[in-house]
Amino acid sequence: MASKAEEAAIGEKPVGGAGKNGILTTIKAMWTKIGILFIFIGMVILASFLSPAFLKANNLMNVVMQVSYIGLIALGVTGVIVSAGVDLSSGSIVALTAVVSSSFAQRPDWAAALFPGLTGLPFIVPLMVGLLVGSLVGFVNGWLIAKTNIPPFIATLGTMTAVRGLAQLYSRGRPVSGLSDAYNFIGQGSLFGVPFAVLLLLVLAIITHFMYSRTRFGRYVYAIGGNVNAARVSGINVGKNLILIYTFAGFLASVAGIVVASRIGSGQPGLGNGYELQAITAAVIGGTSFSSGGIGTVPGTIIGTLIIGVLNNILVLTNVSAYFQDIIRGIIIVGAVIIDERRRRVRK
Amino acid sequence: MDYLLETRNITKRFGGLTAVDRVSIGLRAGEALAVLGDNGAGKSTLIKIISGVHKPDEGEIFIGGKPARIDSPMDALAAGIETIYQDLALAENLDVGANIFLGRERMKRSLGILKVLDDQAMREEAQKVLDRLDIHIPSLKKTIRTLSGGQRQAVAISRSIYWDAKVLIMDEPTAALGVAEQKKVLNLVRTLKDQGIGIIIISHQMYDVFEVADRLAVMRRGVLVGERIVKETNPDEVVGLIVGSETVGKER
Repeated sequence: MASKAEEAAIGEKPVGGAGKNGILTTIKAMWTKIGILFIFIGMVILASFLSPAFLKANNLMNVVMQVSYIGLIALGVTGVIVSAGVDLSSGSIVALTAVVSSSFAQRPDWAAALFPGLTGLPFIVPLMVGLLVGSLVGFVNGWLIAKTNIPPFIATLGTMTAVRGLAQLYSRGRPVSGLSDAYNFIGQGSLFGVPFAVLLLLVLAIITHFMYSRTRFGRYVYAIGGNVNAARVSGINVGKNLILIYTFAGFLASVAGIVVASRIGSGQPGLGNGYELQAITAAVIGGTSFSSGGIGTVPGTIIGTLIIGVLNNILVLTNVSAYFQDIIRGIIIVGAVIIDERRRRVRK
Repeated sequence: MDYLLETRNITKRFGGLTAVDRVSIGLRAGEALAVLGDNGAGKSTLIKIISGVHKPDEGEIFIGGKPARIDSPMDALAAGIETIYQDLALAENLDVGANIFLGRERMKRSLGILKVLDDQAMREEAQKVLDRLDIHIPSLKKTIRTLSGGQRQAVAISRSIYWDAKVLIMDEPTAALGVAEQKKVLNLVRTLKDQGIGIIIISHQMYDVFEVADRLAVMRRGVLVGERIVKETNPDEVVGLIVGSETVGKER
């Protein structure tokens, strides 16, 4: 090596300098940072051309309402994937939370109440019980992953299966109906013209974003996903933080479960089927990386969720057949990740 | 005994295998001790015991002449023992400040009650320690992923220095570095020695050892087979110790 190389300080940049073609690099930088937002805006413009009904306030509200459950779950799933894990149990948690929480929310005058002894309880009881149940399943996920060292995919595949069975067992395979008006407000009511569920998603998204980006817990989740050994030797309690992130994901899935049950006014053991995969899709479209941990954000996931919603809406408004819809969704998922990987390579 | 750090009869078994067998080494302030050995000789296990990752089955560790309990990485850090691992133990997805403060984040109060990460303060502190070691990194907001191997090593070293390391353990500090960056890192090691820090270097690179180490200890199959003053030995003798034919070096 030449003497010039020897002179080179450790601080020398590994890649070529920027600034040569200013505007191009600025666009490139913006693209790498918020590329997914451009795609989203493009889809909205496309949708408004394809169907004049799309931009109507009513329709837009519907789009968001329909993906609000997925969004809620995806907030937690984002953290889980950032920690280099995965959570397949969210859909089953939705079902279990829906039936358990509904069973505490039945109207006293409902003759067919599943558990007649539980009717007429204060509004807060079904919520607390529901959130507790979901968080508990999440805790079990985290505990299994942290303490037994089995891969998150396997641990949550197990709870996904078992919890679905638990939901069937609890409700004896039947829907839990006749829910109180206060309970149903969560999924059906509106505040200031905005569906309550959408407001809930907004508030929880802000809180979650704050947790992931500004707190010690969030920093540790990213550190664990980025380099679990680094986290461990830095004195971070990896097991504790894994349990926390899975518990939090379970908590958010149970919020989704309550929203779904109250939306349709009935807690059913078959609810939430496939939601776990849709939530993972939302996170991945939003830039959460499956191939390397430690990458992903709440704003990205929210945009990913909205992209799913807009896509679904376009497909319905343009009368695409249901079979084609699934094919198109599949292509979009893979396409989004390919684009994202390209984007990342540019950043490197 | 004026040892900064001393191990006495440290033993570690994994099932039937004795990875480290009654090893006693000592390290003085401002001294660099190289620990050498072939793959599987027990170097890494010994280091992990000192840095609190593994618990020894037998033996004691003394810090400043007093017996110390090191049951976890946190205990080691609290005792002033910092370790830079071969995989650098940096989170590549986080920025320089976040890495230097990983596990010991600087917090501030937001809105009077909530405790939040003070990334600004962490970056400023990171800049100070980088300046002290004469390391230049274009932007501290960049993730470690975007840095070169030498820059990463420099960040890892700065991290330990920031936390007032008394003992710095470096596992293969120059592996995977270019020639110019290796020199820079070895210069950093000299700077640290001058500041009175005791350094343990694990290395395969004979060049590094003879360049910066004062003493060397050779391990073979978990046992300490020899200690030499660097000035009084030569690479051939050291290789002989490592592979188990001490005579090779002495015949010369």
